Amino acid sequence: MSTRIASAFTRAAKDKRAAFIPYITAGDPSLERTLELAFALEWAGADILELGVPFSDPIADGPTNQRAAERALARGTSLADVLALVRRLRFRSELPVVLFTYYNPVHAYTLPRFAVDAAAAGVDGVLFTDVPVEEARPAAEALQRVGLDLILLVAPTSTRERIKAISKLASGFVYVVARTGVTGARSELEEALAQHVKLVRKLTHLRVAVGFGIGTPEQVQRAARLADGVVVGSAIVDRIAELGDCPELADEVGAFARSLAAATRR
Amino acid sequence: MKPLPDERGYFGVWGGRFVPETLMAPLEELTRAWREARRDRQFRRELEELLSSYCGRPTPLSLAGRLSGHLGGARIYLKREDLAHTGAHKINNALGQCLLARRMGKPRVIAETGAGQHGVAVATAAALLGLECRIYMGVEDERRQALNVYRMKLLGAEVVGVDAGSRTLKDAINEALRDWVTHVRTTHYVLGSVLGPHPYPVLVRELQSVIGAEALLQIRSRHGGLPALVVACVGGGSNAAGIFSAFVPYRQVELVGVEAGGRGSALGEHAARFAGGAAGVLHGTRTYVLQDQLGQVAATHSVSAGLDYPAVGPEHAFWHDSRRASYVRVSDDEAVEAFHLLAELEGIVPALETAHALAYVTHVAGRLRREQAILVNLSGRGDKDVAEVAQLEGVRL
Repeated sequence: MSTRIASAFTRAAKDKRAAFIPYITAGDPSLERTLELAFALEWAGADILELGVPFSDPIADGPTNQRAAERALARGTSLADVLALVRRLRFRSELPVVLFTYYNPVHAYTLPRFAVDAAAAGVDGVLFTDVPVEEARPAAEALQRVGLDLILLVAPTSTRERIKAISKLASGFVYVVARTGVTGARSELEEALAQHVKLVRKLTHLRVAVGFGIGTPEQVQRAARLADGVVVGSAIVDRIAELGDCPELADEVGAFARSLAAATRR
Repeated sequence: MKPLPDERGYFGVWGGRFVPETLMAPLEELTRAWREARRDRQFRRELEELLSSYCGRPTPLSLAGRLSGHLGGARIYLKREDLAHTGAHKINNALGQCLLARRMGKPRVIAETGAGQHGVAVATAAALLGLECRIYMGVEDERRQALNVYRMKLLGAEVVGVDAGSRTLKDAINEALRDWVTHVRTTHYVLGSVLGPHPYPVLVRELQSVIGAEALLQIRSRHGGLPALVVACVGGGSNAAGIFSAFVPYRQVELVGVEAGGRGSALGEHAARFAGGAAGVLHGTRTYVLQDQLGQVAATHSVSAGLDYPAVGPEHAFWHDSRRASYVRVSDDEAVEAFHLLAELEGIVPALETAHALAYVTHVAGRLRREQAILVNLSGRGDKDVAEVAQLEGVRL
């Protein structure tokens, strides 16, 4: 298990807050700016960084992240580029990094080579959006060999049996999807979320992060009371899209992230 | 040997279930529902009754006498799926899945469509069974198949244009999957081909196997034996899987799937997965995928919207690797030529998808003996393509 991820959660818990886990797409608006954004997010209070690997057919993502992936791919961002980016981050930072990726780019890179290169670059965990627990064993084994965490999703539709199987194979934390649907900011959090997180907690010994549809400080505050970590993605990616490749990008996104990070305090 | 796919949905190393966790519960629900329904005599009777009294099954087997004479070799038989209600084989699957949706208590169905034939079939079945219906279609395909877009609307379906990626079938599937992941509890996704996560490849093949089952009996009685060759076009591969499935056990029957060779062999110019693709994961299944070296899915091109797709059904990948079937490609131009040939010699205007299968037949029929038979799945009629072909040839309608 990645010690960086574990200690991030421990540190947050000691501070009586949920870990703040922002998501950005690597290569949007450029790899150089992504690195700058990563540092800005760390200074704003990020505990773990989720870094999206752009893919041509992101079936689990809403329009915000689809567009971000399109922008990154238009600039030719590859999985190898993303790993090189993490390597550069590691020269200056111990911020834990979880790659958020679809399976095909990793399949093309080949799983064993990916695991080795990701570990060498300083990646801490990997979440495959389209690999459920039944298909995840090869990935789990490859990642485990190099000491990386496999983060698995738990959905509102996951049965008790599935949650148990997920908890058994996952490491680092489980990522509870706050509502059925694709990624993207929403105005309401599902009422049933509290019940569901409670159920997941009963069935797993792992840390629990909540994400999908969380985009305002108020929503972060609500989610922080339920879970060990809160993921905010599309709301941040939206800001990046609005600002584009402008000089104030990192400062503006950092300021927004600071307001979200402050809301993780219980 | 155990029947394929295995319980995890694998045909050898192909298939499986690569989807977001949210979809796993509905896929398991669908697997269970289908397992029960296919054994339920009442469900089967209702489906058979609809297929005969509503769709006009069994569809006839026609001897293409003038085409056979013109090519000067084997006798060519056409399995006339173009005569099924809505004009293509797609209705077999759409009716079966919509009946299944109703049985599962899902009031809403969604579907993707490329050429529009599957969309029309689902809109039809939804109208018949009183289900709410939404169809996703790439905006490039909406342009090519404007007639079918209007047909779907006439049938009460909502048609949503998808303006992302290559704006074709692949992107329509992405959007349908996003809709499904958002509305899983009320919605059944009627996938139109032998693609996607388990159980779709086996579910759709079983619903389409009626084509092969009928054709096997028909050709035995008409021709007095098995055909030497069975030919079908392969986009996702549902019409091919439907007709192949009956003949797979007969090793002496050669099975050939015809892919879209488009306008060239460079990546992006065709949809020939077995010629230019590599193992990958797209839309929930592990199969041959047209992609670049970095695992990004490639754009495809075909004159026929229904074949314009970068992946292929996993069972076809299995048949390909085990050499039970072979896969060839023909170009846009050859397909359009065959489109004309069948119209002029047999009085049948085939779909451009189907024209690919016919184009291959024109190349091989002459090499077979007169007493041999070629069975072609005439998967759909070409009314929808008339305007597109006219435009290609500079004819103003």
